[in-house]
Amino acid sequence: MIGEEAGKKLIKKAMEERERAKKGLERRDDFETLSWVPVKRIYTPEDVREINYDKDIGRPGEYPYTRGIYPNMFRGRIWTIRMFSGLGGPEDTNRRWKELMAHGETGLSTAFDFPTINGIDSDDPLALGEVGRCGVSVCTFEDMESLFSGIRPDEITVNFTINTPAEYILASYFALAKKRGIPISKVGGTTQNDSLKDFYSQKHYRYSPEAHLYLNTDLIRYCTKNAPLWNTISISGYHIREAGSTALQELAWTISDGVEFVRYLTERWKMDVDSFAPRLSFFWNAHDNFFEEVAKFRAARKIWAEIMRDWFGAKNPKSLMCRFHVQTGGCTLTYQYPETNIARVAIQGMAAVLGGCQSLHTDSYDEAICTPTDKAADIATLTQRILAYEIGATDTVDPLGGSYYVEWLTREMTEGAMKEIEKIEKMGGATKAILDGYFWREIAKSASEYQGKIEKNEIIKVGVNDIKPESIEYSFEPLRIPLDLEEKRRKWLKEYRENRDGNKIDTILDTIRKTAEEMQDNKFDEPQPMFEHIYEAVNAKATMGEVMYALQDVFGRFREPPIF
Amino acid sequence: MIKPIKVLMAKPGLDGHDRGIKVVSRGLTESGFEVIYAGLWNTPEMIVETAIQEDVDVIGLSILSGAHDVLIPAITGALNERELLENVVVLVGGTIPLEDFDLLKRSGVDGIFIPGTTISEIANMIKKLVKDKLGKEVK
Repeated sequence: MIGEEAGKKLIKKAMEERERAKKGLERRDDFETLSWVPVKRIYTPEDVREINYDKDIGRPGEYPYTRGIYPNMFRGRIWTIRMFSGLGGPEDTNRRWKELMAHGETGLSTAFDFPTINGIDSDDPLALGEVGRCGVSVCTFEDMESLFSGIRPDEITVNFTINTPAEYILASYFALAKKRGIPISKVGGTTQNDSLKDFYSQKHYRYSPEAHLYLNTDLIRYCTKNAPLWNTISISGYHIREAGSTALQELAWTISDGVEFVRYLTERWKMDVDSFAPRLSFFWNAHDNFFEEVAKFRAARKIWAEIMRDWFGAKNPKSLMCRFHVQTGGCTLTYQYPETNIARVAIQGMAAVLGGCQSLHTDSYDEAICTPTDKAADIATLTQRILAYEIGATDTVDPLGGSYYVEWLTREMTEGAMKEIEKIEKMGGATKAILDGYFWREIAKSASEYQGKIEKNEIIKVGVNDIKPESIEYSFEPLRIPLDLEEKRRKWLKEYRENRDGNKIDTILDTIRKTAEEMQDNKFDEPQPMFEHIYEAVNAKATMGEVMYALQDVFGRFREPPIF
Repeated sequence: MIKPIKVLMAKPGLDGHDRGIKVVSRGLTESGFEVIYAGLWNTPEMIVETAIQEDVDVIGLSILSGAHDVLIPAITGALNERELLENVVVLVGGTIPLEDFDLLKRSGVDGIFIPGTTISEIANMIKKLVKDKLGKEVK
């Protein structure tokens, strides 16, 4: 309910605006983006005078790819409609996936529950209350089989949003393909596999940043050789933004993380940059400020192309292309009037489309309240089809290119981010910046600044500080995951553990520990293959938790300092 | 002199969404509260143990994982077992559906904050509850 009192306030606000406008004043003294970049009243050719079309922008499909990575973009085919989805047990998620595909989804993306994301099994005491709650629970090879029942790994691409146990999950998926007679060279998809951002967002790290950097790049090493269609990493800014960064920080820090991965692969694994770079991918947030988001996506392509060419000497055009997935901003959704989130999601999704994304997840309107209900997920999926086919946004490439404002803002984002990336380089790179506490301090500052601006009405969120309801109502029944799932999984795992060759598992876990020790001893300077051992552990029926604890025996448990 | 209100801020379970709890911790510190931030990966026992050791007035729990219906009653239950539930204010913030408010309140939670709550609303609620429930004088 909006209420009478709130209604009076609204009328007063409209009157004030009218009075100010009569005096030639504007609604507010300053206008700014969500990176606090001041925005002028009007942009003219004067603002883009120094931008050289061929050098700084270029045609779509040509260096530096500001306008898009393909010459014809969505005139050829639209982006992949990839909904991040998972709930309950593997069978429940399999059912939801089939439902989404019936509503036009063209790629899968797995939301794992918190125990799985953290690399612990459903029967671990730490998993209490969390099994299947905000994602699907997967901790054995058999779980992977149930998850993909009736879905062929060579017919649809799947994204695994997984970092700490990324190697275990991917090894299980490859083992599944093999069992079904599909060579892994024909399997396409993505592992998020970016633990660096986990240290200052998402927060599902487990070992030290160095240990995770090693494990992430080990997966890249394995796939480069054996699974050429696999997108080995999704270098993620999404969570950084959700954790409270500005758009500019999201852009800069994500690319700094990317630089760190490329450096470790070329310098430590001694890999040729063009051998693995074409399969690196990115993951961005689409937040509230429409034009800033479009500018951010365009700037990301330009910066990555320049860094890969000029810093790392990449020559293959595919190595220079920043290919990316986008998810609309979960933290922008309001609990108040949840149905209004359908509008937010549509606009944010449009920013992703006009920014030239390769795949897109659109949030469900009920996500500030619960795990998406079927209906909300269906509406979100259908929203993408409206963006793709109804509104003409896909008929020409980069339709916002050439706008004085968008080109000016793209340059602001590019220059601002490059300055920040160089600052992190001076600190010694992203890993050092993590350990120095730089990201923790800066993100806490930005998140508080954002909150302060909300409380001072400098940032407006409808329902939160504009038209705040007197009482909250919503018209749906929040989704519930039955609590007996946890008990069922516990029982199932107990039986599972009893029916295996324990000696075989002990041997392979020892090998994993030994390899980890070698890594620890050489300070991660001379990386040794690990994926092959984890693949063997999967085949020996070791659970995910067992493998991840074996690594923890050596690497220890990382704790971050209390910085807020 | 009136001592500042002492608040333990903690995330129960495995949930990594710590933006809200950090923003609130910072805001409360700036508003004159004494904040102890226990961080991530806390079991119910760890939270109760820390609350006792630090002798806090308030326990602020942030949860966005959907596991509040299990983890929060586990915490209030443990506090109750040690006869502490009457001596401490328990507050929960996060993505809590309206349908679950009753369950949490019945388990002993004194206040629930949904997304969009301001720092001053939280600060005022804490002061009121510390005064009313704990009978302490507040600034």
